[in-house]
Amino acid sequence: MAEVLVLVDQVDGEVKKSTYELLTAARTLGEPAAVVVGAPGTAGKVKESLAAYGAAKVYVAESDDATTYLATPKVDALATLAEQVSPAAVLVSATSEGKEVSGRLAARLGSGLLGDAVGVNADGTVEQSVFGGAFNVTSKSAKGTPVISVRPGSIDAEQASGAAAEEAVELPAVDPAKSAKISGFEPVVGGDRPDLTEASVVVSGGRGVGSADKFDVVEQLADALGAAVGASRAAVDSGYYPAQFQVGQTGKTVSPQLYVALGISGAIQHRAGMQTSKTIVAVNKDSEAPIFEIADFGVVGDLFNVAPQLTEAVNQRKG
Amino acid sequence: MTNIVVLVKQVPDTYSERKLTETDHTLDRESADAVLDEINERAVEEALKIKEAGEGEVTVLCVGPDRATDAIRKALSMGADKAVHVSDEALHGSDLVATSRVIAAAIGKLDSVDLVIAGNEASDGRGGAVPAVVAELLGLPQLTHAHHLAVEGSTVKVDRETADEGITHLEANLPALVSVTEKINEPRYPSFKGIMAAKKKPVETYTVADLGIDAGEVGLTNAWSAVQSASPKPPRQAGERVEDDGEGGTKIAEYLVGQKLV
Ligand SMILES: Cc1cc2nc3c(=O)[nH]c(=O)nc-3n(C[C@H](O)[C@H](O)[C@H](O)COP(=O)(O)OP(=O)(O)OC[C@H]3O[C@@H](n4cnc5c(N)ncnc54)[C@H](O)[C@@H]3O)c2cc1C
Ligand SMILES: Nc1ncnc2c1ncn2[C@@H]1O[C@H](COP(=O)(O)O)[C@@H](O)[C@H]1O
Repeated sequence: MAEVLVLVDQVDGEVKKSTYELLTAARTLGEPAAVVVGAPGTAGKVKESLAAYGAAKVYVAESDDATTYLATPKVDALATLAEQVSPAAVLVSATSEGKEVSGRLAARLGSGLLGDAVGVNADGTVEQSVFGGAFNVTSKSAKGTPVISVRPGSIDAEQASGAAAEEAVELPAVDPAKSAKISGFEPVVGGDRPDLTEASVVVSGGRGVGSADKFDVVEQLADALGAAVGASRAAVDSGYYPAQFQVGQTGKTVSPQLYVALGISGAIQHRAGMQTSKTIVAVNKDSEAPIFEIADFGVVGDLFNVAPQLTEAVNQRKG
Repeated sequence: MTNIVVLVKQVPDTYSERKLTETDHTLDRESADAVLDEINERAVEEALKIKEAGEGEVTVLCVGPDRATDAIRKALSMGADKAVHVSDEALHGSDLVATSRVIAAAIGKLDSVDLVIAGNEASDGRGGAVPAVVAELLGLPQLTHAHHLAVEGSTVKVDRETADEGITHLEANLPALVSVTEKINEPRYPSFKGIMAAKKKPVETYTVADLGIDAGEVGLTNAWSAVQSASPKPPRQAGERVEDDGEGGTKIAEYLVGQKLV
């Protein structure tokens, strides 16, 4: 069976859930081979969890440069391996860096790039969802080893046992005239709530929340529902909530079981990031707000009355 | 003297409805109003700030159909000095890698470029990879997703901010490529004087052949990935809507219980 290279997304030895999704998708195309690009010692920390999701091999590209230069060490590692093992495909998470790495890799290999896939089929075609979910598209690569980036959260990760046989990969030296040096890093602090793109329930607040202080009304409902907190761009731009929580065209795309919009008008750019949610509930003072056009259940009213009452009811039910 | 090239794209206005054409599944550009992508106004703004702080020349580069001249004029009226427009029928339906090759070849036509500034992600395709691929092709350091940018002498420093990673401090020597996020600045409005001046600024037009690229390497039939089928999702229907009579929260709770969501 042909190998399928999977770029491992990890921070300090902690594997991101999206990597397990890639390993799961890789199994539909061939034999998953995880590629770890990191500081010396990283592979030892991640090997076991990669084995638990079916990695038959673990390619280890470790060097100090791997964490001190942006993107290029990952492209180098994948390009080196792609030439050595002629894989059936290369899978990368469609994160900000993953999109960049996969684009560069496709250009370097002369391969077709399939971006932001939400499904990977056994015949090598992928499913894509474009314009914020308004269109479903099936695409295939027409040249070389397909390079596929997969949208985090779109595939259910399933465990499977893999041998995780280690093999070292020699990284070429980084040319500082062609790579950007990383001089510092402040990771996103996740907190106790579920990750936005992974959560099954998301509660978002918009400009209607009115201030950063009052966002606790949104947070309390989210915590009652075990949800992630999101925000509209207007809420982010007004400084009510940090940018990493923005939902929409230029923020994150979410597709939870339940999406609750509080004080959000439902502009097309916001809808682009949430309209594929299974169930949408909206609270807005304005009965004309466009969010009601896509809401399964809408309440025309003041969120400061409705949301706390809902929080209370959910908490009571949980006992 | 810093020579800056700003990559600008004309996109369908996100406020209007966007569609795929039924015949070849490419973006239906006629059905929507076209505008200079908002993120590219910020890229132009950042270039103008660097120029105004020292000395420099700002060239805007756009790959797109003839009507993209409107987007180019907008960038020129903000204060860019000149423009390069690559327009060719053969480009219709080009994929991300082919588009990046055309951009890289056009940048190669200009003398001594110190800095290339792009948007981090176009609002039509959500590609988010053209700047990285252009850096790959030109062998430039990639300082992408900048929410802060500083050029000090021959070094460029960027605070990269992405929702999935956090903040990464990057640095490199010029020449380099930067992409900016929507949070980097507030773009200026073109002044009346700027609009009048833009009409006289030079716009050089190239075909792909002018760039030494074979028409057979770009366009829809030569794309390295192909759309096999595309179908619009049925639009969502509005569901139940109630006025809050003091029991709105309780009603949502009942609805969620009914749907087995709590
Ligand atoms: C290129 C581009 C990209 C964009 N990307 C994004 C994106 O990624 N995400 C995004 O969200 N937006 C994005 N936008 C912005 C988008 O167009 C809207 O401006 C934004 O979504 C509006 O946010 P909002 O609904 O919170 O604010 P508003 O539109 O101001 O709506 C606030 C709503 O709150 C209601 N309200 C006020 N007080 C209360 C109360 N007490 N109780 C109940 N309801 C109340 C009001 O009736 C109103 O409907 C983008 C725009 C552009 C041009
Ligand atoms: N056709 C194009 N012409 C000029 N610049 C482009 C073009 N396509 C993309 N870009 C640049 O690349 C950025 C990111 O685009 P994308 O990778 O397509 O999301 C844009 O904001 C532009 O700066």
